[in-house]
Amino acid sequence: MTTIALPARATLPIDTWQLDNGARVYFVENRALPMIDVSVDFPAGSGRDTKAASGLAGMTLGLMRLGAGGLTESQIAERLADVGAQLGSRFDADRAGYSMRTLSSATEREQALELLAQVLQAPSFAAAVLEREKARQVAGLREAAIKPESIAERAFATALYRDHPYGLRSSGEIDTVSKLTVDQLKTFYADHYYANRAIVAIIGDLSRDEADAIAHRLTDKLPHASNGVPPLAPVLPLKASVARDIEHPASQSHILMGAPGLKRNDPDYFPLFVGNYILGGGGFASRLVEEVRQKRGLAYSSYSFFAPYAELGPFQIGLQTRKEQAQEALGVVRETLKRYVDEGPTEQELQAAKQNLVGGFPLRIDSNRKIHDYLAIIGFYNLPLDYLDRFVANIEAVTVEQVRDAFRRRVHPDLMVTVVVGGPTKVQ
Amino acid sequence: MNFPSAWVTALLIAAAVVSPTLADQGDVREHVLANGMKIIVMEDHRAPTVASMVWYRAGSMDESSGATGVAHVLEHMMFKGTKGNAPDMFARTIAAAGGRDNAFTNRDYTAYFQQLHKSKLPLALALEADRMQNLVLSGDEFAKEIKVVMEERRLRTEDQPRALLFEQMMAVAYTGSPYKWPIIGWMNDLENMKVEDARAWYDRWYTPNNAALVVVGDVDPQEVFRVAEEKFGPIPSRELPGRKPQVEPAQRGIKRLVVKGPGELPYLLMGWHVPVLRDLEQDWEPYALSMLVGVLDGSDAARLDRTLVKEARIAVSAGASYDSVNRGPGMFFMDGVPAPGTSVAELEAALRAALRKVVDDGVSEEELKRVKAQVIASQVFQRDSIFYQAMQMGMLNTVGLPYDSTDLQLRKLREVTADQVREVARKYFVDDSLTVAVLDPQSVAPRAAAPAN
Repeated sequence: MTTIALPARATLPIDTWQLDNGARVYFVENRALPMIDVSVDFPAGSGRDTKAASGLAGMTLGLMRLGAGGLTESQIAERLADVGAQLGSRFDADRAGYSMRTLSSATEREQALELLAQVLQAPSFAAAVLEREKARQVAGLREAAIKPESIAERAFATALYRDHPYGLRSSGEIDTVSKLTVDQLKTFYADHYYANRAIVAIIGDLSRDEADAIAHRLTDKLPHASNGVPPLAPVLPLKASVARDIEHPASQSHILMGAPGLKRNDPDYFPLFVGNYILGGGGFASRLVEEVRQKRGLAYSSYSFFAPYAELGPFQIGLQTRKEQAQEALGVVRETLKRYVDEGPTEQELQAAKQNLVGGFPLRIDSNRKIHDYLAIIGFYNLPLDYLDRFVANIEAVTVEQVRDAFRRRVHPDLMVTVVVGGPTKVQ
Repeated sequence: MNFPSAWVTALLIAAAVVSPTLADQGDVREHVLANGMKIIVMEDHRAPTVASMVWYRAGSMDESSGATGVAHVLEHMMFKGTKGNAPDMFARTIAAAGGRDNAFTNRDYTAYFQQLHKSKLPLALALEADRMQNLVLSGDEFAKEIKVVMEERRLRTEDQPRALLFEQMMAVAYTGSPYKWPIIGWMNDLENMKVEDARAWYDRWYTPNNAALVVVGDVDPQEVFRVAEEKFGPIPSRELPGRKPQVEPAQRGIKRLVVKGPGELPYLLMGWHVPVLRDLEQDWEPYALSMLVGVLDGSDAARLDRTLVKEARIAVSAGASYDSVNRGPGMFFMDGVPAPGTSVAELEAALRAALRKVVDDGVSEEELKRVKAQVIASQVFQRDSIFYQAMQMGMLNTVGLPYDSTDLQLRKLREVTADQVREVARKYFVDDSLTVAVLDPQSVAPRAAAPAN
């Protein structure tokens, strides 16, 4: 086999440049497998939605592949399938975009990239397709409306973000999705899909020149925005704790607890990231799993995470447990969190966390797929190009005091959103 | 998150394009230890990491009535300490080595894996060898862990109407085959399980002659063999109990069932008994069935999505799936969610009509070519993941098929003709071997209690 060395701490050879149309390209050449991964992302995620038209951003992205460049959705699907290419989409609070995985052989690659170019630059937004997709989405939303995990997530996000668009459901609401129009989609597309806001990430069996040509092909026909990306409103901290108790006939209660957390470019990123590994991110090595599952058998899954976005993403703790013992589990979580914030981690815990995160670094970049995901993130959030090279050093530099300090400043056990779906539990 | 789990492929109702294969795979080496344990190594030097898996040929199909779920419970208990290692030290040790680890139980097998830097492979093998022979299985740990497993069952099955439907469907579709039991076990069996049940299971099946080690990554096969010999070699083999064939008796008429559960949308699941791969060279029907899945549901261009979801708009979703690699019997599934205004009966008729069309008119060369193109591309794409490659080899080996047969399987898939696809459709999609399961949704109006203080 041909090999590319991606050793633990050596530099990952990321090449980056900007096209004359303004798009930024992030590229890694890797000849080991005869395939290419390419993605193009835009600041057009659900954080760009409004309450009145919640779901518009996602529906816009979804429709782009369902008719473009004079091709019907079936023609696009058939031509993709004919060359074995895989077209995927990425959609979250910040980002919206498409990714393509194709063989690098000329015929296959040519056909796949031509389709991606059309989807990105010439979507047709057919009215009949929109009506059908609205109906399907509404059906899914109706189903979600009675699932305890979905109910909990909705109540949690709403309480966490109040009027901030991060609190909107990425798939919208039944009444807003039902009202979406082709004109709205076209306008949203025109307002958000600009060449000079595009992030192109490419990895695989091709040269820099070929990557450059592909990036042009995928973005040259997009318009140019005269202004920068409009900033999202900052997420405001919670003013008071929120407790929501929602009855549901399921056998388990779903418990979520949290608050606005951290940003991608956050000065506290590494202390909170490492600290969370110890609290609830490190599986069996974490305190939440130890207290909730290992010591007491209260739940199959218990966790905490920080989801970093452009603005404050959520800090979230979650578990599911037989509803009769929900109160007990909630008490254990609260006590565990409070103690962790009060006392911080032990030196031993911090060492164990570092051992895992540092020693496990090679696992983060041991496939094209994983490296490609990092390229897209580094590009979109303007992270330093040596982000991955410095990842290990940044982890190693974290101290017990930094974790304790960061958690004390950023996580307030007395100022949390707590949602329990199931009941009857009295959230206090 | 990183939890031992019943990684239930049984719930793969989504499309599975074709049977697993690994064409053009890297060099694979094999060595069998004197105690009967097979070591399989594939080199992949793209990154300095390794995926290591120990596969036991013992899954829920090897259980007995009244003790369903014990294979999966033992999987959980395998993390609960050995004579030399305290409970949960396995996971903590792998974590401290920068590794990730987990396990999964299926009908056919139980498997344990680690992903780590190549320098840590000996540590992982030492820990696996330790728990293969020295598991403690204390009553206290069992008492806590069985509660965890029951929470897992509540989470994944009791409160998931479609999972409940699938469980009931299997219980009805199979009569004599142990595939009729849920992998996670019936709740009542879990409630009455004792640590002695787990002990008996461990003593019966956890022996090197019932295990295989699969390693894929940046390794030298000879070095892996040497370390494996050192760690696993001293473990004595034990005689394995006989396995009864438990062949599923022929079904003689359509079976129907309804499951009620909280929900808004009905859901339809249909299954026909079909063969699976037993002889990779001589068999042709399983390959034809795999191609049929590709034609019906292999991509957005496939028939079901195009005709039922996009054109006729009578379904919110519609799919077909078939797993050709099983120790037990095979089943071909079709499923779907009717669009608002369409009844379940109408959707059933439409799915049957889609099959009828294959029988009457066959499939086009264009469609077959399309599916084959996807098969070929996916062979390449799969090689991006060393974990996936280890999975495929472990699964094939456990089922008793040659794990390095990817090229052969790919060739056989490419040889499938339109006539063969039509022939399997004609032969197997008959009502006498069909089970139809319907989820009857019961509306629940969640209501918010008064906000607490």
